[in-house]
Formats: sequence, C-alpha cells, structure tokens
Amino acid sequence: MTTTLPPLDTAPLRRRRRRAIGVQVACVLVSLFMAVPMVLIGLAAVSSPDALVEFPKPLIPSEFSGDTLLAFIQATGTIPALGNSLLVGVYTVVLSLLVGAPAGYALARRVFRGKDAYQVFMLLARALPIVVLSVPLATMFLDFGVYDTVFSVTLLHTTLAMPTTVLISASIFVSVPTDVEEAARVFGCSRFEAARRVVFPMALPGLAASSIFTFVLSWNEILGAAVITLGHRTLPAQVLASLGEAPQAYRYAGGFALILPALVFILVMRRYLVNMWGTTLR
Amino acid sequence: MAVAAFDTPRRSRLGSSPWLLLAPSIVFMLALFGWPVVQALISAFSDDSGFTLAAWERLFSDPYFLKALRNTLLLIVIVVPVQLVLAVAMSLLVQARPKFLAGHFYLWTIPLAVSELAAGLVWLSVFDSRGYLNSLLVSWGISDTGVQWLNYTNTGTMLLAVVIAEIWRATSLVFVIVVAGIQMVPKDFDEAAQVFGASAWQRLWHVTLPQLKPSLQVALILRTILALQAFAVAQALTGRDFPLLVGETYQWYVNLQNPAVASAAALVVLVLSMVTALFYLRTMRQREGT
Amino acid sequence: MAEVVLHELVKTYPGGTARATDQVSLEVADGEFMVLLGPSGCGKTTLLRMVAGLETPDSGQIVIGGRDVTYLEPRRRNLSMVFQSYAVFPNKKVADNIGFGLRVHGVPADEIRKKVEWAADLLQLTPYLDRYPAKLSGGQRQRVAVARAIVMDADVLLMDEPLSNLDALLRLSFRAELKKLVNEIGVTTLYVTHDQVEALSLGDRVAVMREGRIAQCGDPVAVYTEPADEFVGGFLGSPPMNFLTGEVTGDGTRIDLGGQTLPLPAALSSFQGRPLRLGIRPEAITVDADGDGLRGTVQVFEPLGSSTLLTIQLCGQVLKVQAPASLRAEPGRTLRLGLPPEQCRWYDPETQLLLEAK
Repeated sequence: MTTTLPPLDTAPLRRRRRRAIGVQVACVLVSLFMAVPMVLIGLAAVSSPDALVEFPKPLIPSEFSGDTLLAFIQATGTIPALGNSLLVGVYTVVLSLLVGAPAGYALARRVFRGKDAYQVFMLLARALPIVVLSVPLATMFLDFGVYDTVFSVTLLHTTLAMPTTVLISASIFVSVPTDVEEAARVFGCSRFEAARRVVFPMALPGLAASSIFTFVLSWNEILGAAVITLGHRTLPAQVLASLGEAPQAYRYAGGFALILPALVFILVMRRYLVNMWGTTLR
Repeated sequence: MAVAAFDTPRRSRLGSSPWLLLAPSIVFMLALFGWPVVQALISAFSDDSGFTLAAWERLFSDPYFLKALRNTLLLIVIVVPVQLVLAVAMSLLVQARPKFLAGHFYLWTIPLAVSELAAGLVWLSVFDSRGYLNSLLVSWGISDTGVQWLNYTNTGTMLLAVVIAEIWRATSLVFVIVVAGIQMVPKDFDEAAQVFGASAWQRLWHVTLPQLKPSLQVALILRTILALQAFAVAQALTGRDFPLLVGETYQWYVNLQNPAVASAAALVVLVLSMVTALFYLRTMRQREGT
Repeated sequence: MAEVVLHELVKTYPGGTARATDQVSLEVADGEFMVLLGPSGCGKTTLLRMVAGLETPDSGQIVIGGRDVTYLEPRRRNLSMVFQSYAVFPNKKVADNIGFGLRVHGVPADEIRKKVEWAADLLQLTPYLDRYPAKLSGGQRQRVAVARAIVMDADVLLMDEPLSNLDALLRLSFRAELKKLVNEIGVTTLYVTHDQVEALSLGDRVAVMREGRIAQCGDPVAVYTEPADEFVGGFLGSPPMNFLTGEVTGDGTRIDLGGQTLPLPAALSSFQGRPLRLGIRPEAITVDADGDGLRGTVQVFEPLGSSTLLTIQLCGQVLKVQAPASLRAEPGRTLRLGLPPEQCRWYDPETQLLLEAK
C-alpha cells in the first residue's frame, strides 16, 4: 500500500458490546418475569401442607412433600376431570380436522362465488366471544339431552376451533404446490386419490401443528366447559368450581398441575409458533 | 378431440364442487354458532309472554354489573396498550439476536398455552396475603404484615394484581403475532435507513412500525376481544370481589339460574367487541400504497 | 468526497467454509467510479456491504477520507447507497423518500425541499413527488432510489446492482443516464455488477473478482484487451475470449494446435516442448475465404444482424469467430482463419496467468 493507514478505531466495537449486554439484560428481565411466577407455584406445589401455611414463606420450602399434589390428584373429581379434558381435547382435534380441513382445502384450491362471504363469516365467528354462545348452547344441549357430556363439550370446542382450523388449513394447503397434485392426476389418480396420496402428506406437518394448537385451546377453555357441564367437568372447569371451598393447598397444586402441560406443549410447538403464519424464526 | 382424462364427467367425484367440501363446516357453524347467537338475542329480549326488556332492567340495576362493566373497560384500557408496547419491545429484542435466544423465546411463549385459570392461580401464590410477595416484603423488613393485595376493600391493588396477571399471561399472544410480522419486513429497508443516517429510534418510527401496522392491527383486535372476555383470572385471584363482565355471565347462568340475564350480559360483551373492532379498523386504516 | 482504501479485508460468513473475501486490497481515488465485477458468489457484494458497514470484516481495514471506519456504524460513515431492490419506503411519498436522509440528519425543512426538487428534476421525478411508491413503475422507483442517494452530500456513493431488476431496454437507457449523472456530480462511486457490459461502459476502473479475490483491476480497455488471467478473459466480452491449447515445438518457434501451427513470439521460446494456452477474442480473428492461415470447419452459423457468429472446429478444438454481417458460410464449409499475433494472448496452462510476450 502506498498510503499509510490510520490506526484502527475500536470505539464502535465497544459500543456494540455495550448494546449487546443491554439487550441481554433486558431479555433476562423479561424471562425472569415470565419464569419466576411459575417457579414459585412449582415450589408451592411441592411444599408440604404445613410449610404452605407458614408466613413469611421462605423461597425454598422448609419442608418438601408430595402431599399437596397428592391431595389435589386424589380430590374428588380431579382424575375424572383430567380424563374428560383429554377425551374432549382429542375428539375436538379429530372433529375439527374432519370438518374443517376439507373446507380449508376448498378455500385454498378453488375460486368460487361466495368465497369472500364464507371467509368473512369465518373471520367473524372467530372474533366473536364464546360467551355469547355458551349460554344458548347450554340450553340447547339441555333440550337435546346431551347436557353435561363429553360430547357436548366437544361440540362447543369444535365450534370455537372451527374458524381457526379452516383458515389455517387453507393457508397450509395454499403452500402445497399445485403442480405436484396435477402431476398425480395426470398419472391416473382421481381427484380424491391425488389429495390423499400427495397433498395430505405434504400438509401433514402444518396440520399437526394446527392440531396441537386446537388441543391446547380445548384443554384450556374454561367458560364454556364450566357452563355446560355439571358432573362431567373438564379439568379447568373442575378446578374453577372447587375454588370457592377448596383449601389453599388445592389451589397451589391445581395451578401447578394446569401449568405443566403448557410447558410440554410449548417445548414441542415452539418451532411452529412463528411458522404457522408462514415464516420461521432464525 | 384432446380432452384431458380428468375432465371427462364420470360418476360424481368427491370435491367436484367446492360446496361439497364446505358443506359440513357450514352446517356445523350454522347449527352450533349461528343458531345459538339468534337464541341469545331472543332469550335476552323476551320471556314467556313475549318481547320484554325485563332481563336488561334486571341486569342494569344489578350493582355488580356496573362494577363489572367499569372493571372490564379499565382492564382493557390499561392492559392492551401495555401489552402492545411490551410485545413490540420483545420483538425488537428478538431481532437483535441475543445469545440464548432459543431459551428466552421458549420462556416468553409458554404463557400461550397457559389457561386463564392457571395464570390466576399462579399469581395467587404471589399476591395472596400469605403469598410470596408479602413474604418477601416482610423478610426484607419493608413491611410488618405485608399488604392485603386481594382484599375486597382495596380495589386499586386488586386491579393491579389482575392487570399484572393478565399481562403475564397474554403478552405472548401479541408477541407471537408481532414477531411474525417483524420477520416479514424485508431487511433492506432497515439497512437503507441505517446507511442514510437514521438512529435506532428513527428507524423504528419511520421504517419498522409503519410496516408492522397490519400485524399490530390484527394483534390489537384479537387481544381486545379476548381481554373483554377475561374472567377466570379475576375469579382465581379475587373470587367475585373484582367482577368482570364475563364473570357476571357465569354467575347469572350457573349460580343464579337466569339464562335470560346471562344472555343479556353476553350480548353486552358482543356489542363492545364489535364496537372496538370497528374503532380499530377505522383509526388504523391503511394509507394507500402500504 | 473522499477516497476509499480497502486493506486486506477478510470475511468468512458463519457456517461457510470458504472465505467470502480473501485479503482483498483496493484503492479508489477521490471522485473515481470503481466497478466491482464478477459472477455471483465472488465476494463483490460482501465487499460493498463491508464498505457500507452492513457487514463487519474478520480482519483488515477500511479507510474513507483518511478516517478509519472498519467497525464504524453505517450511519456515521456519511455514505449513500442504492440497493438492488431499491428499498424505497412504501409508507412515504416520493418527496419524503428522497428527503429521508436529509430529514434524519436534521436538515431544515426548506433546505430539504430545495434539494429534493433539484434531485427530482435531475431524475425527471418532479411530476411524481406527491405519489406513493406503490403507484410507480419499477423504473420510476429505481429513480427514486437514485435521487435519494444523490441528494445527500455523501463522501462515497455505493450501488449494488441497481440496474439488474430493470428490463433490457430500460437498462440500456438508464445506464447512459446514470453515467452522465455521476459524472456531473463527481462523487466517489463504488458500483457492483455481474454484467460485464455495464462494467466496461460505466467504470473508470474495473476490478474483476473471483472467489473472494481481485483477479485484475484496471481501466476497462486494459482489462478487456490484456486480461491478466484466463478467467478475466473468459468473463469479459460477449462472446468471451477463445482459449486454445497447444504444444510448443521442440525448437520453440511455433505452437502446434493439433496438426496446424502458429508462429510463437520469441519471448516464449523457453517453453519449448511444453503445453501453452492461446487466448484470442472472436472479433480479432479474420476470415479469409482463401489465402494463408489456419483451416477450420464451420459447425454453426448464427446471423446476429449486426455481425455473424461462427462456431468453428479447428484441430479438434472449438472456436467462436465474429465475422462481418455480410459473410455467409454453411455448416461443413472450410474457412481460412487469420490469428494476428498482436491480438494473441498467451497463458500458462497451470497458473492460467498471462505471460509476457512482448
């Protein structure tokens, strides 16, 4: 080089590092806000009933015990409610896929009169508070004699999940390229076979992701389930109903029990969380 | 005559008309959605003798209802803007690609799968008069007996507890929507703004936020409608001491056995939802070209 | 207005195995129009982005106007840039787009207006100042991007393949406009492209890049007529330079191309008995129907309107020859080709570098 170079200016590097530290601190603060309450209730749930009554409560429980959780699990109605929640969740996923996925396919592949109206209808349904539905539905179920059954809760939850299922499966099918499907039909498949052999496998990951969301939606749904069930409650409805008379230990254990599935769901789902709308994080 | 094989009409093929595929969903929604909405309208405006506003009179004269209305609106006005700002800030943090991003992101999205009730119970362990917050205050000597956060006489602190619990639970929903939106903004715009001299705030204001408008709009509408339906959080924390609209619906149906008034309360929520949705759509109407 | 010095810049992208730029050094004089030319993946865009500050080098130094800016944030470097995708802000009117850089620097509003009007006038955007970019065509949006860049009083103007998204005719007309514009303004410019015609037409100097290194840097004529290696010769020119392989005869006076021979310059006589590569441009080869010269068979005859392109088989090797449009030659016909010695370039078959033959 013919010219002499000035010394390297490292001030920007220091600025960059300070910024990165600031960002990390902010992230940690937010993460703490999210995590600490869960840790706290977890600790409460594994404290013995005596330790729970202590005040002030130490951070680490003075006495660990499985009794609190055990009491919750063995309380009347908990296990059946757990079973009900599971059943309702699975049935809801199956039913909403059966009814909703074909509709999503039609939306994705076909242009037809009334398509816009249909989509607006679905969007509106999604934006509507379930609260408006639950009371009349309860009356309707009473009249039909299906009140207070797993079946009725399934119907309610499927109604809740339907618009989302239709719209999401529509966007999933849109992302499946049409030329593969057309190739299958050129090679002799009927329309139905082509859909089954070619489109369905490609859409499966997206549909699976959407199913897990549907399951979570159903699992956590309280108001509707609480209104339309009495003796066959889902887990959240059961906990809600028992809140009034239950001892404190029940609440802590119940809260923790309700959170555990969330931890697992999100661990499994995190890849799809941002992906569902068509983008990926990273 | 070159006609492709699959154009030949044979027996009725499944899916030959899109309406065949759509029919189940339409029937389902009409029966389990359309009809109940109509029923709710009928039930709220009539009884055995015909059209009447009795249910509404009953509803509006109930002291709990007005309190519930006030609380619900208060909740929304506080919680929604805070969550929006928080979600945008979190999305920007994610964009900066810090270390341990995967771990942070996981923690930030766990509340998505947490039910309202669980959120309420979680913060109960914190705000209860013998809970962790008071334990902290007492053991650090800041207070002798702790604060009665959830006592029914302390409306201010009850509101605070419910607000914090709701923010904790539902920010992840707004966050996920905003983060997806931010990822769709092409990097080019931010880079161009950088080269032309814009500071981080200027880039946020001139480039990022305008491009985020559609996502923010979706997030706002969704979040407000869901916030109007907040119920179990307050129930877990305060019982009926901090009434909310949907909580009242529950009360009227389950405990007071009055479906008509319950429907009326539900309809109030519906009207509020529609009004706010319209309001957002109007004020955030896209300028041409965006 | 400033000169740019790049000193041994190295950059490897995370997850990449090869270096994107491999100790690249370059000096751009004040007011010079320097073109970075090369195929995709050669590192030219990486280099540009490092000058802009959008990427950080692993090692090396970047100096603009005597000031070290290697790690400096882009917004402090006093640059302006035209992006390949234009990056015209969709939510701002044209006038606000053009004035964006001035606005964020805090320039007073009436001064912004004056400058925006001046830039819009230069690029014929005055009737569009009040429109939103979505209502403009691609070419018009491109002008907005250029206007936005020239309205600043930047030290260096960076351009990342600004013409590549335009259709062919627009590209041609805008290229001339761009050259005139930059000449008038006289700002130091760094221009990236993969189009060798653009490079030759626009640049004061052209730096041909390949696999993270600069193969040759010089004025367009020099790079075209004296390619420093086979890659440069093959990259510039359309159709590209022909390369023939031959073996130098035992006495070092001629090269055997596979049955036919050509005289070898005296300077290369030391290559006796070894293989050698001959480079010659298609338009340099003369076609005599009879007379002396090498004999080749026409394989393909392409009448291109302004000229004729012949694909010719010569001693088992394939040549492209550019002949006058009036020439007619059917496939199978034998032609006599003249390869003038002053147009022949000689390359080492192992290193592919140009050999001194004067």
